[in-house]
Amino acid sequence: MSNVPSDWEVVIGLEVHVQLHTRAKVFASSPWGFGKEPNEQVDPVVLGLPGTLPVVNREAVEKSILFGLVVGAEIPERCAWDRKNYFYPDNPKNYQLTQKDFPVVVGGQVEIELPGASRNVMGEHKFIRIHHAHLEEDVGKLSHAGSGSLVDYNRAGVPLLEIVTEPDLRSSAEAEAFLRSLVAMLTQAGVADCDMEKGQLRCDCNVSVRRRGAEKLGTRTETKNLNSISSVRDTVIYETARQIRELEAGRSITQETRGWNAELARGYVLRDKEDAHDYRYFPDPDIPTLKISRETVARLAKQVPENLYDRQRRYVEKLGLPYTAASVLVNDRALAEWFEAAVAAHPTNPSGIANLVANDLLRDLAASAGAAGAFDEAAPAPVSLASCPIKPAQLAGLVKLTDDGVISKQQAKEVFTEMFKTGQDAAAIVDAKGLRQNSDTGELEKIVKEVIADPAVAKSIAEYRAGNEKAINALKGPIMKRTQGKANPVLIDQLLRKFLA
Amino acid sequence: MADALHTLSAAELGRRLAAGTLTSRALCEALIARYQAVNDKVGAFTHLDQADVLAQADASDARRQAGQGRGPLEGIPVAIKDNIAVKGQPLTCSSKMLAPLVSPYDSHVAERLRAAGAILYGRLNMDEFAMGSSTENSALRKTFNPWDLARIPGGSSGGSAAALAAGLVPLSLGSDTGGSIRQPASHCGVVGLKPTYGLISRFGLVAFASSLDQIGPMARSIEDCELLLHALASADARDMTCFGPSDRALTAAGDAKKFRIGIPKGFLGKGVAPEVAAAVNAAVEFYRAQGCAISEVELPSADLAVPTYYVVATAEASSNLGRYDGVRYGHRSAAAGTPVEMMTASRSEGFGPEVKRRILLGTFVLSAGYADAYYVRALRARAKIRAEYLAALAGVDVLLTPTVPTPAFKVGEKASDPLQLYLEDIFTIPANLAGLPAISVPCGKSGHLPVGFHLVGAPLSEAKLLAAGRLFEAAHGYAHQQAAL
Repeated sequence: MSNVPSDWEVVIGLEVHVQLHTRAKVFASSPWGFGKEPNEQVDPVVLGLPGTLPVVNREAVEKSILFGLVVGAEIPERCAWDRKNYFYPDNPKNYQLTQKDFPVVVGGQVEIELPGASRNVMGEHKFIRIHHAHLEEDVGKLSHAGSGSLVDYNRAGVPLLEIVTEPDLRSSAEAEAFLRSLVAMLTQAGVADCDMEKGQLRCDCNVSVRRRGAEKLGTRTETKNLNSISSVRDTVIYETARQIRELEAGRSITQETRGWNAELARGYVLRDKEDAHDYRYFPDPDIPTLKISRETVARLAKQVPENLYDRQRRYVEKLGLPYTAASVLVNDRALAEWFEAAVAAHPTNPSGIANLVANDLLRDLAASAGAAGAFDEAAPAPVSLASCPIKPAQLAGLVKLTDDGVISKQQAKEVFTEMFKTGQDAAAIVDAKGLRQNSDTGELEKIVKEVIADPAVAKSIAEYRAGNEKAINALKGPIMKRTQGKANPVLIDQLLRKFLA
Repeated sequence: MADALHTLSAAELGRRLAAGTLTSRALCEALIARYQAVNDKVGAFTHLDQADVLAQADASDARRQAGQGRGPLEGIPVAIKDNIAVKGQPLTCSSKMLAPLVSPYDSHVAERLRAAGAILYGRLNMDEFAMGSSTENSALRKTFNPWDLARIPGGSSGGSAAALAAGLVPLSLGSDTGGSIRQPASHCGVVGLKPTYGLISRFGLVAFASSLDQIGPMARSIEDCELLLHALASADARDMTCFGPSDRALTAAGDAKKFRIGIPKGFLGKGVAPEVAAAVNAAVEFYRAQGCAISEVELPSADLAVPTYYVVATAEASSNLGRYDGVRYGHRSAAAGTPVEMMTASRSEGFGPEVKRRILLGTFVLSAGYADAYYVRALRARAKIRAEYLAALAGVDVLLTPTVPTPAFKVGEKASDPLQLYLEDIFTIPANLAGLPAISVPCGKSGHLPVGFHLVGAPLSEAKLLAAGRLFEAAHGYAHQQAAL
């Protein structure tokens, strides 16, 4: 955490560029994806060959609208594209199609959750306003090799939604929390995959500082092209400290565009205001203004999943889950839905199910899956439930066996491990392994009496009777041994206390 | 008979091909012979792949033999302006910048012509990137007016018009951003139609000014022009500004003798040469005699058209031509340096002076601090012009003016005076700004030089323009005219 002096306030706004989850590029029919040979995913339109024209990909517009609906934004009745003109070899037309005046999404807000005092305690919630989001095309990649330069246009024309926040963020922790929340919302709605290793999410970070209580915003700097949550956090910390240091030394802040060197953990100046480009924006004459019908909006509204934190509140308040389990489950929509399917099959003990899902199931799935997440290094690896050997109803069956006293909680762990290995039902494993608890009171009474009569435990009995509660446990081992561990531990405890009373 | 094939209309050639008295191969061989005889004099073509043409002709003849003919254009050669993509053929825009380029794809109109069985016949010279009114801005070669080889053919579709007037081909495609089909048609004595914006797909047309550009048919008769128009107009999902074929635009439009013709007030004051005025007035009198109602119409903002055009068109061009940088295709400077230095050098070497002038002008009018004063104001003027034209066309069927104020000038005569040259388009530009269909129809001569009149109609009134043109053409001897070479 940064240590911002208490008389200073930091003001942060983010521009988040997200590659949308679509089959085709945003203005061409060429498909796109990761891991292809350079310039494999191009066509005459992507390359900007003379005479080619852009055609708006409906899927990209709909994903953008879906994002807007997820954050409760306004979806204007029409949107339009403008040309942003600048020369660079990674830009096939030397203009980028973007939305300057009529973006597809206006307004909205993202709920964030700040870290609590400990992992088990929920932190403060805030709402961060979205100014707008506009749909544009990504550019290619230029690299330098030897004496020459190489350019790969596979990324050119990939649909990019630029989400611009209001300057509502007040700390690096808030910026981090915002990005976590945003990524969860984007992925849960199927708008984007947000895989940072593949460059699917990049962030520009605007930072300014002002004396606490001041009305006027300080001069801001923009640090471009941050490609992980940690580099956004580090940039905010670095830039805040730098600006405060400058101002306290009596110098002023220059409005400038900066870069971030993650290896050195320091920022650097890219260009100042005087060098700012004149992009000569004008409305793209090839793409007529696009009307967004209210029918389309209504259809897409049905695809909006339950909000992350609404779901969390429901789990805690309605299902009685501990915060820790709830917060783990809601971060992964598929996992949450899996959990809810299990609860539907056994509605009386959601917490029991949640604990198994959030602990045992996640652990085993992660062990069988790949590496950790990319944009957010702190996040657990996304798990694939598609290949999960246990079905929700089967897990519900396991919890029900425990709740009904058929097996102990200890045995449940063992059964779970076997279920994950074989995909068998809990009951079948319990029967095959003979794990069913012995709750036959008559039989257990006989065994308890025999054990109490054994002189080997006389000392423990004496201690128990003398007031040492724990001494009773010494008698449970021999009982378990005689029943091959199947004795119902609750029943044994009751019987021992009865006979020793 | 073979020696006369180059004088025949596409419609007549189609009839002979259908009757089996002519093969596409014989026709193409005759036209190639004509090409060899006169193209060096006229300079209409920049490229003709004779072997490819004959292969296409043989394929057409084979289709027809097999009973799989594709319609009235089956086996008929159509020559194409060098800014319209045809797969496997050069796509140079008569620019050094694109001289090395062979198109890897077909434009929509090329696909349409193939689907109609036409022969995609050679590449036609033009002003570089369609910027000009004389074809003198071609970086590849000069084109001369077949009626007077010391004069320009007009432009930018100068090759398209000259090829028709020289009997090099029966049909050609041009493109029109401010008059680039109609002005050379007038100067060469042929018919040229600029369709309603959006009727014909621009996919594969190298963009000059996207909101103004349209591909259009050029021919030696109204009938042929209509034939070609019908082949070109069709829906195309690759051009979002193309709305596809329209029955209204393409089918019979009532009795041309009853058309109401509007004459814009004061057009004769706009530097119109006396012989041109006389020919156009004679056309007006012809229509009056046929029973058409002639009236004068007010177009108060017409004088804004040329300056508006040169702001809008150059602004779009400055952006459209940004992609020619030597990185992916086209001319690349041999000068070493950083990628951006290479791009700069390639552009400096690849573009000619008129193209550079317009890119600079367009860059200026879009620049921060100037865009409001120029580009944004020009958009307002454009909207006003369109509104006035639509209002005028609510009261009349067509507006009639000369196509060009003066006949074709001598090569080099206006080369040093771009502003004077820009006035060549004073009558044609409004139709582009307003997205309206317009046609140039031959209506006489000024001395030995052809003169045309210009009709503008409401959106999708192509059939009306053609009907009006046909009425005039039928009563006069200007159809099928060719220069003696």
